[in-house]
Amino acid sequence: MTTTDWPLWEVFVRSRRGLSHTHAGSLHAPDAELALRNARDLYTRRGEGVSIWVVPAAAITASSPDEKDPFFEPAADKPYRHPTFYEIPEGVKHL
Amino acid sequence: MATAAAQRTAGTQPDGDGVPDTADTADTAAYQRAFDAAVAADERVEPRDWMPDAYRATLVRQIAQHAHSEIIGMQPEANWITRAPSLRRKAILMAKVQDEAGHGLYLYSAAETLGTGRDELLDKLHSGRQKYSSIFNYPTLTWADVGAIGWLVDGAAITNQVPLCRCSYGPYARAMVRICKEESFHQRQGYESLLALSKGTPEQHAMAQDAVDRWWWPSLMMFGPPDDESQHSAQSMEWKIKRHSNDELRQRFVDICVPQAESLGLTLPDPDLRWNEERGHYDFGVIDWTEFRDVLKGNGPCNEQRITQRRRAHDEGAWVREAAAAYAAKHTGTAGAAGHKTHETGAARA
Amino acid sequence: MTATGPATVPATAALALGDDALVLSHRLGEWAGHAPVLEEEVALANIALDLLGQARVLLSLAGDEDELAYLREERAFRNLQLVEQPNGDFAHTIARQLYFSTYQLLLHTELAAGNGPFAPLAAKAVKEIAYHRDHAEQWTLRLGDGTEDSHERMRRASEALWRFTGEMFQPVEGLDADWAGMEERWLESVRDVLTRATLTVPEGPRTGAWSAGAGRQGLHTEPFGRMLAEMQHLHRSHPGASW
Repeated sequence: MTTTDWPLWEVFVRSRRGLSHTHAGSLHAPDAELALRNARDLYTRRGEGVSIWVVPAAAITASSPDEKDPFFEPAADKPYRHPTFYEIPEGVKHL
Repeated sequence: MATAAAQRTAGTQPDGDGVPDTADTADTAAYQRAFDAAVAADERVEPRDWMPDAYRATLVRQIAQHAHSEIIGMQPEANWITRAPSLRRKAILMAKVQDEAGHGLYLYSAAETLGTGRDELLDKLHSGRQKYSSIFNYPTLTWADVGAIGWLVDGAAITNQVPLCRCSYGPYARAMVRICKEESFHQRQGYESLLALSKGTPEQHAMAQDAVDRWWWPSLMMFGPPDDESQHSAQSMEWKIKRHSNDELRQRFVDICVPQAESLGLTLPDPDLRWNEERGHYDFGVIDWTEFRDVLKGNGPCNEQRITQRRRAHDEGAWVREAAAAYAAKHTGTAGAAGHKTHETGAARA
Repeated sequence: MTATGPATVPATAALALGDDALVLSHRLGEWAGHAPVLEEEVALANIALDLLGQARVLLSLAGDEDELAYLREERAFRNLQLVEQPNGDFAHTIARQLYFSTYQLLLHTELAAGNGPFAPLAAKAVKEIAYHRDHAEQWTLRLGDGTEDSHERMRRASEALWRFTGEMFQPVEGLDADWAGMEERWLESVRDVLTRATLTVPEGPRTGAWSAGAGRQGLHTEPFGRMLAEMQHLHRSHPGASW
């Protein structure tokens, strides 16, 4: 009976052309082919998608919460990467 | 991208057992403070964040019960798919029952992010160690019951669920957003179906009234015991798993239903139901909590039947699940004919 | 069949195709709450809903969809005997799906390519049917090449339904198709799937004294009467009512 344990897959759906795939949820399937079909049936019943990725949940490497500081905080103190950092005289267009 | 304060200061718990690997009491207290602060600030808790064991256990219990309710809840309505009186109604009902299976799947996935697999949860359902909503232990005796379930049972469920879209646990809240969006048609189709019956032949009207008579009180019980008797309510509200009390939501539901019943031309079976100017709400009669507890205990009209059918479907399907797993084991590594390993696979329907 | 537009659609053909879709959709609907795994609840319902949608369009071409579905007697239904066969275990349902969807895909592909009255709706249905055919193929492979038990069940199912497959290629009045050519392609396609599923093509006859073109003539099997009794009883109990 242990063989009925189907692995977990994460599902990413592109809702329309021009947008990237976003995480929609997860599901169980014995293999990639059925995972793709199950994802189509489950996550695009109402025409929510034009393209699907399925990824074995076990294959995802995640940053853990206590890695978050070194991972993401350096970006927060570099405001000069963002356009709002710069002051432009009023009336100057197309910048 | 709001990073929970808890995430920034709390340790990881990759084994999902609720105990930080390098825990000492001082750390735990700090994690707890950070968690409390994050919840108080209305930030979302995400799967890998530290969280109190009791919070995790409460969520697993609630999400599992919710998932089980979707799955068991398919049965009373599926009971009428093969007898639906028009092809239009048949299509609607099939789509609705299908949605319930889908919602069960979303919710099992949400529970899974807390470290409890679907097989384990189903096992607990099948062995009676976890519950599902008692409402599904009532029978669907006529076609009008399908309409009454849509209007009242789904109506009550939506009243309960809309606040859950802001639940503190991210995956549960996100599942609920999707579910609420999809369920918007469930209640409307029920109302529309009852309206057709109410305005139909005298026999149809009587059928509709009979269904409302039978489903009204059980629907009010769906909000759970009164606030002063509810075991888990206070803690769940503090954790922002729950946002409103049972009685608050029940009142909201009654207030919504009364004018809707009038438009339907049907009567709600409660002689004490009347507008209270002072409170700005409808007063309603006393709920029979003895019946509620009795059904909860397993003595409802369909408890045995529902769980037996669920167990049978699961047991009889075991060979299919085993076959697919065996096939996958044999063919792992060989790219399937229809899957495209590296390309995006168009899955759009026409 | 050169005229176009709903008014000139041959009713016999619309009923044959519509009844196939209606009856199979009903059978698949019986799975609700009983499927072997939750993901299949969703998948089977999707297929049932597609078929019901097809049935409604087709029956509406021949008359009032509800009158046709709910008020005809058993002998007036024009569906294949294959689609009315009870669900059996999951293997039987999959074998029925494989045989029927392969046929339906071939037929609708031809209809869609032609310029007959069914071309527009066939073009839409082809996309749905291709998915049904794929679903049946995926599961035939997994059951046939899964465990010993599943192999045996899939073998039994593919054999049990084999005798209902000859009927599919009896020409239907009003449908312009290369029936003999379709039958050849059907055999080839089904053989390919069964072989990859480590199964052999059943050896028995594909028609019997009872089943040769019978469903299309209104001659059905016993389980069909019970199915209709269940499907029609509520509608018939309230003559003239709206729902």
